[in-house]
Amino acid sequence: MKEQLETIKQEALGRIVSADELKELQDIKVAYLGKKGSLTSVLRGMGKLSKEERPIIGELANEVRETITTALEEKGQKLEELALEKQLEEEAIDVTLPGRPVNVGGEHLLTKIVEEIEDLFIGMGYEVREGPEVETDYYNFEALNLPKGHPARDMQDTFYVTNELLMRTHTSPVQARTMKEFDGDQSVKMICPGKVYRRDTDDATHSHQFTQIEGLYVGKDVRMSDLKGTLDQFAKKMFGKDREIRLRPSFFPFTEPSVEMDISCKVCNGQGCSVCKGTGWIEILGAGMVHPNVLEMAGYDPKVYTGFAFGMGPERIAMLKYGVNDIRQFYTNDKRFLKQYHNA
Amino acid sequence: MLVSLNWLKNYVDIGEISPEQLAEKVTKSGIEVESVEYVAEKSENVVVGYVQSCEKHPNADKLNLCQVDTGEETLQIICGAPNIAQGQKVAVAKPGAVLPGNFKIKKVKLRGVESNGMICSLQELGIEEKYVPKEFAEGIFVFPEDVTVGESVEPLLNLNDAVLEFELTPNRADCLSMLGVAYEVAALLDQPLQLPSEEVEVTDEDAADYIKVEVEAKDLNPYYGAFVIKDIEVKDSPLWMKNHLIAAGIRPINNVVDITNFVMLEYGQPLHAFDYDRLQSENIVVRRAKDGEKLVTLDEQERTLSEEHLVITDGEKPVALAGVMGGLDTEVHEKTKTVLLEAAYFESSAVRKAVKDTGLRSESSTRFEKGIDPNRVREAGQRACQLLTQYAGGKVLANVVESDQIDRTEKKINLVTSEVNKRLGTEITAEDIADIFRKLRFHFEQDLEEFIVYAPTRRGDITIFEDLLEEIARVYGYDNLPFTLPEGEAQAGALTETQQLKRDVKRYLQSAGLMETITYSLTSSAKISQLISPEIQNLDPQAVALSMPMSEDHKYLRLSLLPELLSTISYNQARNQTDLFYFELGKIFVSQEKMITSQPSEQLRVSGALSGKWMEHPWQQEKKEVDFYVVKGIMEGLFNYLKLPVSFKKGTIPQMHPGRSAVILINGKEVGFIGQVHPALQKESGLKDTYVFDVNMEEVIAEHSAVPSYSQIPKYPSISRDIAFIMDKQIPAGDVKQTIVELGAPLVKQVNIFDVYQGENIGENKKSVAYSLVYQHPDKTLTDEEVEESYTNILHNVNEKYDAYVRS
Ligand SMILES: [Zn+2]
Repeated sequence: MKEQLETIKQEALGRIVSADELKELQDIKVAYLGKKGSLTSVLRGMGKLSKEERPIIGELANEVRETITTALEEKGQKLEELALEKQLEEEAIDVTLPGRPVNVGGEHLLTKIVEEIEDLFIGMGYEVREGPEVETDYYNFEALNLPKGHPARDMQDTFYVTNELLMRTHTSPVQARTMKEFDGDQSVKMICPGKVYRRDTDDATHSHQFTQIEGLYVGKDVRMSDLKGTLDQFAKKMFGKDREIRLRPSFFPFTEPSVEMDISCKVCNGQGCSVCKGTGWIEILGAGMVHPNVLEMAGYDPKVYTGFAFGMGPERIAMLKYGVNDIRQFYTNDKRFLKQYHNA
Repeated sequence: MLVSLNWLKNYVDIGEISPEQLAEKVTKSGIEVESVEYVAEKSENVVVGYVQSCEKHPNADKLNLCQVDTGEETLQIICGAPNIAQGQKVAVAKPGAVLPGNFKIKKVKLRGVESNGMICSLQELGIEEKYVPKEFAEGIFVFPEDVTVGESVEPLLNLNDAVLEFELTPNRADCLSMLGVAYEVAALLDQPLQLPSEEVEVTDEDAADYIKVEVEAKDLNPYYGAFVIKDIEVKDSPLWMKNHLIAAGIRPINNVVDITNFVMLEYGQPLHAFDYDRLQSENIVVRRAKDGEKLVTLDEQERTLSEEHLVITDGEKPVALAGVMGGLDTEVHEKTKTVLLEAAYFESSAVRKAVKDTGLRSESSTRFEKGIDPNRVREAGQRACQLLTQYAGGKVLANVVESDQIDRTEKKINLVTSEVNKRLGTEITAEDIADIFRKLRFHFEQDLEEFIVYAPTRRGDITIFEDLLEEIARVYGYDNLPFTLPEGEAQAGALTETQQLKRDVKRYLQSAGLMETITYSLTSSAKISQLISPEIQNLDPQAVALSMPMSEDHKYLRLSLLPELLSTISYNQARNQTDLFYFELGKIFVSQEKMITSQPSEQLRVSGALSGKWMEHPWQQEKKEVDFYVVKGIMEGLFNYLKLPVSFKKGTIPQMHPGRSAVILINGKEVGFIGQVHPALQKESGLKDTYVFDVNMEEVIAEHSAVPSYSQIPKYPSISRDIAFIMDKQIPAGDVKQTIVELGAPLVKQVNIFDVYQGENIGENKKSVAYSLVYQHPDKTLTDEEVEESYTNILHNVNEKYDAYVRS
């Protein structure tokens, strides 16, 4: 029986070595260790053995079984590894082929600029306010120290709807409305972005519809130097911390003193170039100390309250910052234009 | 305003400062200098020559052969100008001279005869054609006799004068005069000011014997002065005056006209000269015009006037439209002997109205419109009389005949030094302030820190303390103001919930693959009625038009964002841009008034237009055109993101594809629509298949709650059941879904449609729709029996309601 067992062992091990599929191993397992397997049938003949022989053969048989089982397991593991390797090889793809495209949207350049300015002033403690685009003559002009017949009304050619209703020519009426709402005894700290309209023929530098952002700060003891400091912070955050600002006297009916703000030209660093027309400076916005008539009309006592206001055009800022050279581009919505500034 | 520096130098010494430096200084102190130009480009070696002889060229009819004395030498020059003559003093470009345009003069032979130089016209010397006096327009320029032969022409003709163009804001009308500019420059440079003399010699005769002045409309004409000047000889004005006028952009005409123009530019006071002998009476009456009254103005146009216009009359009929233009019949001409010179103050409102109605805008009307100085009206008249005596042989009659109610007082304004510093954030001393007013030549009284300032009448813009504040700040220098930040209490800034929501909606749509656009709010008559959302249409909105639109394309306030959005789609498609997924967040303007009297209600909407391939895989043959379900998916995603319960129902919307559009509902309320644009409108608009959505953001804002209420994340397992119904093709699958939701409540948490099938095996006009149901209980694990009971109930009721049976 010993020889028999040895033969089974050698034969089984031989078959295991030459097996190259998991299925084969399964067959081997059945053929030798299964209920009808050869090892099992050998063991079944153990009953005929002597008492002395039995343990010896039993031990031997166990050893054969274990050897075969271990060999099967080892080989099985190896074959599994090989199979996985093969599968992975088959699953390999060409990583250089293009991926599945995703539609990417984006914001309009003007929205980007407006939100940037909003966030900047929110960071300085301002609120964002909005107002109607169809305004009354009162809020668009009269409340801003532009009574009927005032020559400065000619500065802004207006789209009228009726004698009393018009398309707002600036976002300043929101200032007047906010102050009136605050009823003359609270400080005001706000910016108001929005669409405005002028009776212009559309061309590269004019648009009958454009965007404006105005800011207003009213409080006790607000100084003109506060306006200068605020505008300086704005300019440095918006255009870069190495930009300088320059204020020049100007005229707006709703402010006195009035200011025009320039920033030093980024292209030439103030040396003078074609972008700044040789001056080294670029005009960015208008501002000033709120005119006492405006405060008074909104219910504020100009002896107690003073303030400053400023107004700027996001289109102009976009044109300066991104080199857009035709204002109509903002409203034509050419896909090639819109795409250029996504995530700019 | 064009400011000639040579002219300015008559009143203020500008020293060695360059024109560019002066321009910079003026700009920084509040008046933008738009440009610095020179009267003419540089020329060299051009001198005054005397034409000793002038004969016909032997070989050319139209040319003359001249011998010209240039001081150092006599040159033979051939000249083709028709006005050349012996005895003239002319501008000679000698050989080696360089004329504007880098035109070099050489010795040449013309038709066999030598020519050693060129006799120049003003144009050849670089003066713009439109400023050249008419008599010299077609030929060479001829100097007056008193110039010296051999003298350089450049300074004589003021060719090297620098001209600064002042861009004036409406408040600085004072700088519409050389004197006003002189005050400004003298203040900036801190230089003395030399004002012109107005002294005039008069005859024994009294002007009052020649003319009576009566002003009926004193409210519009507080001052009218009439000067009478006899023995006028109309001729050329002196060269210096012509030079000044040309530099200021005015063409010289004759001495009388030139003098009135010169004084207008010098004093800022428009004057008008009538031919006294052509007036039909000895009366000047200033009154409002009668409705329909007519006047032929200097430009030979007949003007029809109204009661809102102010006219100068001879007592009967108008002879001038006050402040705007004189009448043709009383115009000064070559033979004029006696001049009636008008110096008057007309209120800006009257002049503005006349300008608006007639379209006549002149140097004169501009000054009246912006306001003139009451203390310079009579004075300007006197200055003109003086010049007429000097340069037109005039004899000025004694006394000016006046109607005079004008207020010449200077307004008092109080000012305290500490208040100045409090407002500006500065530490300016009372001495500094006094010094600033001294430079500006404002009269003031000072008592230590306190001032009483008298606003000069030439500065009509200065009426209150804040105006003085600006004067102090600008002379002190805006550059010298410190940088500070407001010291008031700090407050936190933030977007409101609505503002944040608007940003969120934009972000969602962008991340869903859509590009934001901004279109015009003003639209055309064709587009105003297109694609209005049903819930807006129900309000019966009226189209609101501009009273004076600039174009038909932008005439009405939009009632929908879609028409302009569709235009941007077709614009892009026409330029071969495909796959357009656009949205816009903007307002529409809804008014229900037939005749609008109050502001329309401005309603925020978010709309989109999509066209082209939504998805295309470059090499896997996957391709998807935009369709209804793409847009619906975006909308479902939006409302899911906003946590708003949305549903869609089939709807008929004008200009939309009747079988492919739906109304959007939130909490059962209509808030907009989606679908395909009607093929007829697509065709008309040049659009490829385009799908749109349009949502009332006001409703979204109203329904949206910023803080979502907390709901417990379920602890107990859910159980899924699938079910497929075969039903009539016409039955909306969504309706059945809604029924399942209602029947399954509260155990059914979710119902999804996961398969729709039409075709073989289920019969014609039938479809199979598969739903998956998710059961869940918040507090316990559901038993099979509980689920089975609900499931059976659903099967039974759906079968009854829709005649739908379970597909086996
Ligand atoms: Zn530059």
